[in-house]
This record gives sequence, C-alpha cells and structure tokens, in this order.
Amino acid sequence: MGLNRKDILDIESLSPDEIRLILETSESFKEVLGRDIKKVPTLRGKTVINLFFEASTRTRTSFEIAAKRLSADTINISASASSVQKGETLSDTVKNIEAMNSDVIIIRHPASGAPHFIAKRLKASVINAGDGSHEHPSQALLDMLTIKEKKGGIEGLKVAIIGDIAHSRVARSNIHGLTKMGAKVVLYGPKTLVPKGIDKIIGKYCNTPLRVAESMEEALTDADVVMMLRIQLERQGQSLFPSVREYSRFFGLNGRNVSLAKEDAIIMHPGPMNRGVEISSEIADGARSVILDQVNNGIAVRMAMLYLLAGGHKEVVT
Amino acid sequence: MQLLIKGGRVIDPANNIDGLYDVLVEDGKVVEVSSHVSHLTSHADIIDASGKIVVPGLIDIHVHLREPGYEWKETVKTGTAAAVAGGFTSVACMANTEPVNDDPSITEYILRKAKIEGSCNVFPIGAISKGLKGEELANIGELKEAGCVAVSDDGRPVMNADLMRRALEYASSFGLTVISHAEDLTLAKGGAMNEGAVATRLGLRGIPNAAEDVMVARDIALAELTGARLHIAHISTKAAVRIIRNAKARGVKVTAETAPHYFTLTEEAVEGYNTNAKMNPPLGTAEDVAAIKEGLTDGTIDCIATDHAPHDPDSKDVEFPLAANGIVGLETSLPLTLNLVKEGVLTLSQAIEKLTVNPARAIGLKKGTLSVGADADITIIDLNEEWAVEPAKLKSKSKNTPFAGLKMKGKAVATIVGGKR
Repeated sequence: MGLNRKDILDIESLSPDEIRLILETSESFKEVLGRDIKKVPTLRGKTVINLFFEASTRTRTSFEIAAKRLSADTINISASASSVQKGETLSDTVKNIEAMNSDVIIIRHPASGAPHFIAKRLKASVINAGDGSHEHPSQALLDMLTIKEKKGGIEGLKVAIIGDIAHSRVARSNIHGLTKMGAKVVLYGPKTLVPKGIDKIIGKYCNTPLRVAESMEEALTDADVVMMLRIQLERQGQSLFPSVREYSRFFGLNGRNVSLAKEDAIIMHPGPMNRGVEISSEIADGARSVILDQVNNGIAVRMAMLYLLAGGHKEVVT
Repeated sequence: MQLLIKGGRVIDPANNIDGLYDVLVEDGKVVEVSSHVSHLTSHADIIDASGKIVVPGLIDIHVHLREPGYEWKETVKTGTAAAVAGGFTSVACMANTEPVNDDPSITEYILRKAKIEGSCNVFPIGAISKGLKGEELANIGELKEAGCVAVSDDGRPVMNADLMRRALEYASSFGLTVISHAEDLTLAKGGAMNEGAVATRLGLRGIPNAAEDVMVARDIALAELTGARLHIAHISTKAAVRIIRNAKARGVKVTAETAPHYFTLTEEAVEGYNTNAKMNPPLGTAEDVAAIKEGLTDGTIDCIATDHAPHDPDSKDVEFPLAANGIVGLETSLPLTLNLVKEGVLTLSQAIEKLTVNPARAIGLKKGTLSVGADADITIIDLNEEWAVEPAKLKSKSKNTPFAGLKMKGKAVATIVGGKR
C-alpha cells in the first residue's frame, strides 16, 4: 500500500496512521541500506527533481541519495531566491517543470507556503523539504524514527524542544508529529523567539499536551528527549537576543543542565550545529547524542516518502 | 430636463427622512422630495423605484484608482465604472500613484481624466509628504487649490511624529483633514498577516495589533495637541476602536473608517496561503471583528470605506510573503454593509449614513444628502436582489477579491451621478 495523497507538504495534515506507515516503511528501507547492494529498482524510470531555492547540503544530498537508492533519475535545480524576485516567477518555474514531465518535485523555499503554491498547480507529487518558518516534514519524520528506535516508542515521552522556535520549521513539524504520536512536548526559548500562539497550533488528532516552559530547568527536568534548535547567528544584535555569549549561558545545553533530563535521555539537533552556542561540544559528541543517527535515518525516511508517493509496488524490496 | 424617481423608500439620514417619497431632480440638483411633487413638468424622465430604496449616492473616501502609474491594475475609467456598478457616486482616491499625487499637476491630471472618461465624481487626496517619503511636507496649499480634498500618505504611515504634527497644523490652515494610515513600521516589520496562532502555524511573519494601536494613539495625541481634524483610515483592531471611542468622548476632532473586510473576514481567510486575504492592516481575529462591529454600532467608527486596492494577477499569484496587499472593494461594499443590517449591528439608516453623509463630512465634501438644492447623486438599491460574486464580471480592471463565489444580497440597480444615469 501507499499513501492516499499526492503530496507531503506538512506534518499538520498527516494522520497518525500515515505517520506510522511512513515510519514502518522507513524501517524496511533501513534494512535495505544495511545490505551490500543498497539499491532497489522500485522507482526505475521515474524522475525526481530537487528544486532548491535555499542553500542546503544535508537535506538535498539526503533526498538525492534516497532517490538514487530507489533507482529514480534525479535532477538538481538550484535557484537563488533573489533571482526569483528579479526574473522568473515561481508560477513560471512550475510551468517549466510541468513541461519536463517529472514525477516528484522536492522543493525547499524561503517563503512559507511555496510548496503548497506549486502543489496546487502541478500534477506531479510535491515533497516539502523545508519552507520558510513553516514546516520541514522529512526532518520531523527522521526525528521520530530516531526517537522510536532509541526509546522503543514515542507515546508518553517528554520531549523538550529548545531554542529559536519562532523561525524554526523543524520545531513546527516536530510539534505536529510528536503530539500526534502521543508525546508530551515542552517548548522553551527566550520569549523573543517563542512566537505568539505556538501552544495553540495543534489541532486534529492531538490529544497530548503542548506547552511552553517558563524556565530551562522546567523544560529539561525529566525529559526523555532533548531537541536543541539551531540559532541563526545573524540574529545576534538585533532585538531578538543580545549576544551569543548570553544566549549560550541561558539557553544552551551543556554539561551542567543536561543532568536535569532523565539519565537515559537522548540529545538531538537537526544540524548544522553552532558548537558552543546552543549546544556544547561535550554534549554534541557525548554518549547520549543521537545527532548522527538522525542524519543516517534521513535517507531511509526520504526513501519511504518517495516510495509511498511514487511507488505503487506492493513489495518494498524487490 | 427633469428626472422623477417615483415611489421608492427614501432614506436620507442627514435629514432624518425614511419613508415613501418621490424625488424630483432638475438640472443636476435635487429640487423636491415629497409624497406628491408639485414642480413636475410633462416630459420628465421617470424611474419607478417602488419596492426599492432611494438613498444619497454612496461615497467611498478610500480608493486606489492607480492612475497615473499603474494603469495595468486600474484606471480612473475602470475604477469609476466599478464604483458606479457598486452604487458609488463619489470616490476619493489616494495619493500613492506614480508619480505620487504630491504636486498640483498630478491632481489636475487625475481630475482631467475623471472629467473625460470617469463615470462618477472623483476627489483626489493629496500626499502629506513629498514622494510619500515622510521627510518633508508636500505643497499642501497648492494641492488644495488644484482640487485635493484631504491629505494622506496612505499605503505608508508618517513615521516621524513631528512631521505628522506639522502636517496636522499646516493642513488645518487650509481646512483640510489629514487621513492617517496608522501603522508603526518598526512593529509591523514587513509582516505578512496578523500575529497569532494562525500566523505561527503557517510560519508567516505576524503583524501585532499594537502596530496599529500605537499609531492611532499617537495621532490622536497629535490631533489633541494641534486641535486639527484627523481621520483614521481602515481601523481593524479592538484596541484602536477603544482608543478612538475614548478620544471622541473627550471631544477630540477625530473620525474613523473601517473596511467591509474587517467586519466580514478574520485571519482564518489566509488559510491555504490565500493571497486574496492578504491586506494591510491584516485581517484580525474574531475578537477584533466583534469590536469593529461594536464601534460601528455606537458610532465610534463613522464611515465604511473600501480601501479598494486593485492588483493584477502577477502581484497576487506569487508566494504569500511576496504578494501585494489589498483587495478590490467597490463592487462588494454595499451588500457586505447590508449584512450588518441583517445581523442587527446597524439599522438600515445607520448603514446608509456610514456610506454617505458621514464620509462626506469626514473630509468636508458637500455631498451625501438629498436636501433640496443638493447635487443629484442618488443610488437606488434593491435590498432583495441576490447575486454571486464572479470576479470575471467585475467592472474593476483587477479581480483580486476574497469574496469570489460568495452569495450576496442587495444591489445598486441605478446609480445617478449629477442627475444623470
């Protein structure tokens, strides 16, 4: 079976069953990736376009590897967002892609809603690889796969998401995904970076609490999972936070405050990290860090997403 | 030549008239409103208005006709055609054209265009500051002389408080109202919609209500300081209504308008990244909408003006943060306002007042009544006509409306400008 939908634009619109299906399919693909020959012919003859309007190494490479492992033909198109404003409109870009007869478009774009914009206008499947401050579904799915693997499940866990919530598409996707899967999510960051109404963004399927902590202690205490978000250093000196030094002192994860979390808590970060700012090196490289497992799981998750949208074969492994 | 409008329910709020009367028009003026007109000649043109309401021609003091400079979005010709289709006999057009209406030559150009190809009265609004830059005053005296009826930098706020103070003082020397576009740009910071849970969920940068509130409060303080007449455009927040109500109670010379979308839609309309729901100020919450309605009921908000903002598809069919602000409003304003009557927010007479005499008074136009001797600007409305908004059928050159497909009730069936249909 596949997903009964054309696109994966956000976690918000996925049902818990759909999330479960993607995670289970990912697990099957992880098995494939452990073999000597890591390639399956599932998407042979299909064309996957990576359409990136924002710089990305990790996500783009991960999607590209995932598509290649499935034997799809992959094409990378990089466009800078500024050239879009000056030259071709997104609407025209879409028409050009339509004319190329591709099967799946993976899009990253600095404007929230851009994947929804193109999905409405394209017959091909669209996967959101990150749009503005909105969502980053594949990241949340690989995070959930990692948590599931390390903790044996997601339901009932306390997950602390800490940092720049306001600008984080990773945070939004994880909030939707984790609350749907029954985790208790606690958010924390300087008030300048915790957007208004964030505790009210979840809707359908979410019965578990989502709240904003008042202190780092409250957020970390008894956490099963600590997810640190990347802070964009350019925001330093604007009105959002005064300095990197102050940020790391009050909102960073380090050897001292990490002990508030459960002893077997796992530490996550979507990357790229600012070592010594939101996370100290001893923690990032420590035994509880699963940061590289996240990267590793990214390929399997993205294979599952591609397969479930464009596959149509019964068996994952043929 | 005479024109007799016969048997309609005449509602003329300025004269406290609401009843079945005939209206006689001669040489572009109202000459008689009575049950049996006495000055009728044998060859008068007669309009049967039975079953309809007959009101002073509707007046919209906040439209963007886009000419000169943006003729692909709207022109004086198409904009006034849209006005007439919507029942409006007079529109006041904002100065954010290209070039800006900060010079008498531009005012004269607009008025000449209106005379040649316009189908309703056009009253240009001049700029407060040269180039709308908020740095130095425009030649406000000359603008008035050329025909401007008020001044505004609408589209942009006057961020410099001292300049706004001086604008109020200087404009009052010429008897001109200053219209404030109340938005603190440092708070709005390029936001794309109302700040709150919806913006947060959609990952769009939010504009807090405070961006409007602090400017409304500032400009009221400046109106108090100067004693000058201030009109506040497109009120959209709960606190702005409260601040204006309080100022009026103190006797400050301030009037205010809101637009139909601010009492009809909430921020939820943005869902799905709908760029036809993107405007400035942004659509608010249900709480804001309720407060706007209260403000309309108790008279805190004097006028309903559309902020008619035509945009071509290339400006709207783009990523949400890049999309232009605003919607066309002239052809949907009347039925949306009539919805307030159905809801019990306004009486029919109050609704007409907010579309006629109140906006006229806010900027000092001698319009908006059916008094004997008044200009024969008259709108005949069928309250029961039902229709659906079809963007392609709008007279405006632009079709950017969030009301596409929506069922409307109430339509202007005749719009008479200066005695002519």
